[in-house]
Amino acid sequence: MRYLLRRSFMLLLTLWSAITLNFLLPRLMPGNPAEVMLAKFKGKGTMGPQAIHAIKVMLGISNESLWRQYLQYWDNIFHLNFGVSYTYFPYSVMHMIAQALPWTLALIGVTTILSFVLGTLLGVWAAWWRGSWFDMAITSIFTFTSSFPYFWFALISVFLLSFVVHVFPISGGYATYMTPSWSWAFFGSAVYHSVLPAFTILVSSLGGWQLQMRNNMITALNEDYVVLARAKGLPERLIAVGYAARNAILPNMTGFAMSLGFVVSGAILVELVFAYPGMGDLLYNAVSNEDYPLMQAIFLMIVVAVVAANFIADVVNVLLDPRIRRGAETA
Amino acid sequence: MSAFIRVLQPFWRNKLARVGLIVVLIMVAAAILAPVITPYSPNDTNFPAMLGPSWQHWLGTTQNGQDVYTQLVYGTRSSLEVGFVAGVLATALALIIGLVAGYMPGVVDEVLSYLTNVFLVIPGLPLMIILAAYAPVKGNLLIIFVITVTGWAWGARVLRAQVTTLRARDYVAAARFAGDSMLRIVFREIMPNMISLVAATFLGAAVSAILAAAGLQFLGLGDPSINSWGTMLYWAQNSGALLQGQWAWLFAPGFCIAALGTALVLMNFAVDEMANPRLRKKG
Repeated sequence: MRYLLRRSFMLLLTLWSAITLNFLLPRLMPGNPAEVMLAKFKGKGTMGPQAIHAIKVMLGISNESLWRQYLQYWDNIFHLNFGVSYTYFPYSVMHMIAQALPWTLALIGVTTILSFVLGTLLGVWAAWWRGSWFDMAITSIFTFTSSFPYFWFALISVFLLSFVVHVFPISGGYATYMTPSWSWAFFGSAVYHSVLPAFTILVSSLGGWQLQMRNNMITALNEDYVVLARAKGLPERLIAVGYAARNAILPNMTGFAMSLGFVVSGAILVELVFAYPGMGDLLYNAVSNEDYPLMQAIFLMIVVAVVAANFIADVVNVLLDPRIRRGAETA
Repeated sequence: MSAFIRVLQPFWRNKLARVGLIVVLIMVAAAILAPVITPYSPNDTNFPAMLGPSWQHWLGTTQNGQDVYTQLVYGTRSSLEVGFVAGVLATALALIIGLVAGYMPGVVDEVLSYLTNVFLVIPGLPLMIILAAYAPVKGNLLIIFVITVTGWAWGARVLRAQVTTLRARDYVAAARFAGDSMLRIVFREIMPNMISLVAATFLGAAVSAILAAAGLQFLGLGDPSINSWGTMLYWAQNSGALLQGQWAWLFAPGFCIAALGTALVLMNFAVDEMANPRLRKKG
C-alpha cells in the first residue's frame, strides 16, 4: 500500500509537471508563436469573443500576470474547455478529438495488444530453443525489423500491396463515398481499410517485444528455481511457461501498460502515410497548420492517458509480484 | 590509431557485432568519400525529372531533377552526424544526471529521479513534435536539441541503478577516505567500471536519435533544403513518388536508415555480452 501511495504521488507530480510544461511552452518560446497564430485567426472571419478569449487563456496572450493566467488555464482544463480549432474552424478542439479518438483507439489499441501477445510468445519460444535455427532466424529478422522507421515500412507496404497489386486501399479510414454510420457495410469498409496500417505497425513493433522477452527469459532460465524444477523432473512445458516465462514477463508489464497509454497519441507517422483519420493525423495537421489550441489539447490528452496507464501498471505489478509488496513493507 | 583499434576490438570478436561494425564503417567511408563515389552534386537540378532507375541514374531522379543516388550518398553525412551528436549529447546528459543521482542519495537523488521519471513518462515523439513546432527556426541543430532533451531519461535511469550498487564498494570508500572530490570519484573511480553500460546507452541513444530524426524530417519539421535520408523521404512522399512508381526513391533512404539502426543494435550485442555473461552462447 505504501508503495502504491508513493507511486501515485510521483505520477500526480509528473502529471502536474507535464501540464505545466504545456502551459509554459508557448509562453516561453521566442517570437511569440501564439500571437502570430491569433492574427491569422482574426483574418479568417467571424469568431465569437468568447472563443477568442478561451484561446488567449490557453496560449497566454494577455496582460495579466503569469500566475492569474496559470489559474485560468487550470480552470479551462477542468471544464474541458480547450477553445476552437484554427484549422477546422467552426468546430471546437474537443469535437475534433472526439471524432479522431475512436479510430485511433480501435486501430492502435488492437495492434498494440496483438503485438505484445505475439511478441511475448515468440520471445518465450526463441529463448527456450536458444541457438536453434528457429531462434537464429527469428531473432535476426526481428533485430532488422525493429530498426525499421515505421513510416517507411508503411510506404513500402502501400507501394507493393496497394499500388503494384491492388489488394488494399491506398489511404483513408473508410471508402470515400460512405458517411460514417453504424452499418455492416461501413464497418466492413473500416476494417478493410485498417488491415494494411495494422499490418505495418505490427511488423515494425513486434520485434521490440520479442527481443526484450527473449532476453528476460534467458536470464530467468538461468535462475536456481528453474534448475530445481528441472531436477524435480517437471514437464518441460510447465518449466517454460509456469516457472520461467511467468517471471520473465514481469519487467515487460510496465512497458506494455505504457504502450497502451501511448495508444492515444496514435501512430503519428503511420497515420500520416495512410491519411488515417485518427489522433496522429490530427496532431500532424495541427502542427503543420500551427493550430496551437488543438496541439495543446492533444498533448494534454496523451499525457493524461500515459500517466493513467502507468498507474494501472503499478497496480498490476503489485498484484502480480509479491516482491514489490514485501519490499515496500520492509522499506 | 592503436587506441582506435583497441576500442573496436570487442566488436570484431563477436560475429554479429562484426557485421554491424562493417556496415557502420562502410557508411562512414561513404560519407567522407561522397564526392569520389558519385560524379554528380546532390543539388544539381539539371537532370530530367522523375526518371526511373537507369545506368546514368542508379536510383532515378527526383521531382526537381536531382540524382537520387547522389542524394542518398550525401545524405549519409547528415544522418550519421545527427545520430552521433545527439547520441553523445543524450548520453552525456544521462551520465551526469544518472551518476550524480546514484551517488548522492537523499534530496538530490529524489529530485533528479523525479525529473527522470517525468521525461520517461511524457511520450517522446509527441513532445519532440510540439517542441519542434513551437521553435522559430528549423534545421539539424533544432532536431539534435529536441532529440537530446527527450532522449536522455532512459539512460539516466539505467546508469543511476548501476551507480547505487557500485557506491557501496570498497574502492569507492577508499577514494572517499583519501579525500577525493565527488566529481573525481564519480567520473574517475565509478564510471570506468560501468563503461560497457555507458557504451550500450550511447548505441541505444544513437539508434533512437537516427529514427527520431528521420521521423521529424519526414513530418517536414526539419529544414527541407538539407540533404538527409529523412528529407529524401519527405520529398518522395510530397511529390507523389508512390503513385508515379518511383520505388527506388522510396525504398533506398528508409533501407539505409534501417540498415544503420540494425548495425548499431548488432554492435550493442557485443556490449550486452560483455555486461551480462549469461547472454553468451553456451559452448
